[in-house]
Amino acid sequence: MELFDIFLLEAVINGLLLGGLLALLALGLNLIFGVIDVVWISYAELMMVGMYAIFWMYTEQGASLPLAFAFGIALVAILGAAMHQFIVRPVLSAEPINQLLVTGGVLFFLQAAATVAFGVEFRNIGIRLGGVSVADVNLSIARLIAFTVALAAIVATYLFLNRTYTGTAIRAISQDRAIMPLMGVNAGKVYLLTSAMGGALAGIAACLLVLQYDVHPAIGLSFGPITFLICVLGGLGNLVGGFIAAFIFAQFISVGGYIFKIEWGYVMAFGFFIVMMFIKPEGLFAKRR
Amino acid sequence: MTTKHLRILGLALLALLALAPLLGLGVYPMHLLIMAMLWGFIYTSWALMGRLGMVSLGHGAFLGIGAYTVVLLWNAEGLPPLAGSAIAVLVAASLALLIGYPCFRFKIVGHYFALVTLALAEVVRLVIVAMRDVTGGSLGVTPVPGLQSGATGSLWALQFSDRIVWFYVILVFWVLALYVWHRVDRSMSRLALQAISEDEDAAASIGIDVTRTKLKVAVLSAVMTCIGGVLYAQYQMYVNPETVSGIGVSLQIVFGVIAGGMFVMLGPTFGAVFLLALQETLRVLVGNQVHGLDLLIYGALLIFFIIYLPKGILGTILEKVTRTEPTTVAPASGNAGAGQVPAPRGRP
Repeated sequence: MELFDIFLLEAVINGLLLGGLLALLALGLNLIFGVIDVVWISYAELMMVGMYAIFWMYTEQGASLPLAFAFGIALVAILGAAMHQFIVRPVLSAEPINQLLVTGGVLFFLQAAATVAFGVEFRNIGIRLGGVSVADVNLSIARLIAFTVALAAIVATYLFLNRTYTGTAIRAISQDRAIMPLMGVNAGKVYLLTSAMGGALAGIAACLLVLQYDVHPAIGLSFGPITFLICVLGGLGNLVGGFIAAFIFAQFISVGGYIFKIEWGYVMAFGFFIVMMFIKPEGLFAKRR
Repeated sequence: MTTKHLRILGLALLALLALAPLLGLGVYPMHLLIMAMLWGFIYTSWALMGRLGMVSLGHGAFLGIGAYTVVLLWNAEGLPPLAGSAIAVLVAASLALLIGYPCFRFKIVGHYFALVTLALAEVVRLVIVAMRDVTGGSLGVTPVPGLQSGATGSLWALQFSDRIVWFYVILVFWVLALYVWHRVDRSMSRLALQAISEDEDAAASIGIDVTRTKLKVAVLSAVMTCIGGVLYAQYQMYVNPETVSGIGVSLQIVFGVIAGGMFVMLGPTFGAVFLLALQETLRVLVGNQVHGLDLLIYGALLIFFIIYLPKGILGTILEKVTRTEPTTVAPASGNAGAGQVPAPRGRP
């Protein structure tokens, strides 16, 4: 094998494209953790619901694709808010492990709900965007779109958090949960809004994934564990750290999967995660305290 | 009712349980009893760590190592499962040391510990799936039958066609797990660990070797879970990566324990019985008509239990029962009223 291999380059680029998508998912989860201090184990399942919603609107209701996407994003945003209101809020003062587990219960619940509604078969919306060839490197258009849109959504979230009044309130709450309510910020409202935003980001991820993958009830499990490992690697609640960690993880999965087998790519990524936890337990880019 | 009465009641129930196979129970009730005790054994092993503030979401890793090591060595090399389980135990203990030492040394606790261990469970599942040439991948693997024609059991192959044998084997292990729980509960380690789970730095300042104390219990818990995996594989005669490793079973273990109550000795077992009863009832009632409906109700109930019964079913019941009567030893305030029940870790 020559040193500079065209397929290896392809794997690296695909890893980069995957990284954008993972960064989007990590951003949503990190946002929720940073503000509310609860890890949603079921975060990827919200995305799965979004994929089914888009599939249902587009293929079964005959809606146009943009309408189906809008519906999917709105539904997951509402679901995120509902998740906070009915599941997380009652356990906010409970043991951290109970908070973690209650969202684990939601994971089972949503998986089963998808199975009841749609069965265990793999479904797809029947759109194949094909690929382009740039200098002998084949790239999937769906992945290019996913990368671009994911980056745009990340930038938009960043601007929202830093340029608007509400965004400032969200950041303030994440810095000190106890003091901000005394300053007149309605913490409950901020939590609800953040959860809805996290949901909307999962909804956007759903739109991008539904163009690339078939949807099935267990698809959340292929993205969920990676997503929260990325967040931990970047330092839980650290948005920039999560962003960088997503690209590192994606390279392991893509290049490792290319050199060996796809599962070994994941094994290497997880192994790297465990090793890194020992070298920098607080995450690669931990928040300065 | 005092704790003494409870203990007598417990022993009577245990005697009754030991006699159960003599009543000529059918295959299905026997199977349920065996599964309840097997999961009770595994859940209790997990709770040894869990109740002392080390919440692992990765016990599926040790379960998977136990099940797969033994079955693969038997199938490929013809190594008898008793020898295989010794190797499996070594592997599980080494892995627990390898992961546990840095975790405890560098104070990885709470969310971080849960997520590191979760990564571990996923690594084991993915390795099993990836090595599909040897492990059969997602399809799972069946131990090669090792019974001579006419024989009902073989210790060499650790296979018994008679459920009564399995019943007593697993009963012994389950009682052993309760005994281990009791010993840990009475040991200095428990006090040390409880101190650690409250405040690591304060515990270290009074001379507790934090890393070493945590490691002892973690390795014990991992080894017992690994044995649980061996028993599961040999009893079921079939394993697949999803049922013995990965995030699904790891979460199920934690749920079971939380549902039953992790601060009382029989809590994890109660959780196992409860989860099994729930699964079976739902499967019989609705499972065949609508695929997934049983899991839907299951998930909803889990959420409900965690929100409204954070101490678990048995934990809550025992607290009520022991609190209504004045206890002679301790003032009936908070958890002290529950007698031998160690106080749950509260938030400062």
